[in-house]
Amino acid sequence: MAASASPAAGFDRRPWLLLSPALASVTLLLVIPTLFIVVYSFWLRTATGAEQVGFFLDNWEEVLTDRFYRDILLQTLRIAAISTVICALVGYIPAYFIAYTPTRHKALLLLLLMLPFWVSYIIRTMSWINILGVSGAVNSALLWAGLVDEPIQMLYNEATVILGLVHFLLPFMILNIYVSLDGIDRSLTDAARSLGCTGWQAFREVTLPLSVPGLAAGSLLCFVLGAGTYITPMVLGGPTNAMFANLVFEAIVTQLNWPLGSALSLLLLALLGALVMVYSRFLGIDQIAKSFR
Amino acid sequence: MSLAWTAIRLGTVLVYLFMFAPVAVVMLLSFNANQFGSFPLEGLSLRWFVALIENDAIVRAFQTSLVLGLLTSVISTTMGVLAALAMVRYDFPGKRLISTALIAPILVPEVVLAVALLLFLQALDVPRSFFLLLMGHVIFTLPFVVLVVQARLVGIRREYEEAALSLGANAFQTFREVTLPLMLPAVLAGMLFSFTISFDDITGTLFWKPGGVETVPTQIFAMLRNSISPEINALGTVMVVFTVALPLLGAALARRLAARMSGR
Repeated sequence: MAASASPAAGFDRRPWLLLSPALASVTLLLVIPTLFIVVYSFWLRTATGAEQVGFFLDNWEEVLTDRFYRDILLQTLRIAAISTVICALVGYIPAYFIAYTPTRHKALLLLLLMLPFWVSYIIRTMSWINILGVSGAVNSALLWAGLVDEPIQMLYNEATVILGLVHFLLPFMILNIYVSLDGIDRSLTDAARSLGCTGWQAFREVTLPLSVPGLAAGSLLCFVLGAGTYITPMVLGGPTNAMFANLVFEAIVTQLNWPLGSALSLLLLALLGALVMVYSRFLGIDQIAKSFR
Repeated sequence: MSLAWTAIRLGTVLVYLFMFAPVAVVMLLSFNANQFGSFPLEGLSLRWFVALIENDAIVRAFQTSLVLGLLTSVISTTMGVLAALAMVRYDFPGKRLISTALIAPILVPEVVLAVALLLFLQALDVPRSFFLLLMGHVIFTLPFVVLVVQARLVGIRREYEEAALSLGANAFQTFREVTLPLMLPAVLAGMLFSFTISFDDITGTLFWKPGGVETVPTQIFAMLRNSISPEINALGTVMVVFTVALPLLGAALARRLAARMSGR
């Protein structure tokens, strides 16, 4: 199995043989389909429901100029950004603790941190209905304590959508920050301390800047995953809290307007893809792969 | 400093509570005897689990998810392991690009992946079907398998393989006798990972699934539309036990295997 062939032997076919099934799948199931919806987005859905093949800019014009789409796009970016910032602020604390705590806790905390990845997204999302719903834990406690006379409606607004997203995304953030903190050479903070820094100064001047790659990787993941979801707003949001992916779902699954759905999903891809590109230009995509080690 | 550390510790406990409390509540409520399945708790009962087994739609969804997850994990782990071997053991031109291509399915938002695959296969006259669902799950889980297996393979030293080769084993024997046993934990990890991801997936599945076919997550989603019933909590509990216990079991098994191997 080892590459025993010398470079002089010329072209080595073996890695390409090993790669071919995976690369063929990515090409057939991702690359070509994506190119296909680019073409599709220029077709037109006529009033009869049939599709007209051709080069029409109607879908793109609608997607790019209609206020409705723009408002929901902005709302989506806002919700994703707020969720990401909350994840970064809240996630830094446990990441720091796991990185600097004695070994015994560390293994357990890391294992626990992985658990949410195994617990289904839909279960974790709907679990909030049991907590905040009309007959949920919080309302039951309030009623029992006599603080309110009837249950408070806490669900189905933007705040609960953000709450659900933070709950879903937090493990990704913690893991990425932890990986970055764990890679910091401890002698650097020791040096800062011995040169007269306070603990806080050492953190601000040494640890925090060195953990930026992890923060950035975590933020990218959280933002991209958050901005691409439609399940959370459907389960925890109200009618006005739709996100961009909900529009895609509506267009494709409900209205069967596939050309429009193509244009909408390409717009989402372009926006989030640009973000990934900018990120990988400055920090490299490898940082994200590190959390699998 | 120690005051700050105490605060950090407290914060960590709170964040972990935030992550686990809601799921714990789901599991707690699923044992609730109360007929609305909500608070207050009125004693423990297994009635909602009995209701699950008697619900044909849920049993069918469970079977679908199980078969889909198993097939997905076998296919995507096979492809992923081969690709990871190429990435770790060989140097070739264009490696960075290939590496990006292999993880592209998770760089693209899942909704976009779902739409592209659905429309492309429909254009090829492949209807929404179990096959489409399987293809979708394979492509979506492939990057995770590649990343996990690659990370494990890096840790296997090349010298073992070279020793086998120099002692007269051919390439296939070396793979079967040395490489494969050494990377078995990585293969198991990849299989478990892809199984659970497939088992849990809802974002793509809602696009790809044919009418009338439900997986466990889409079944829960459909049931949520009515109201939150205690049955959903019970189903949630079953799913949590399934997707959490399985990896833990797998991890223990992998450790056992690894320990036995290094003991030899």
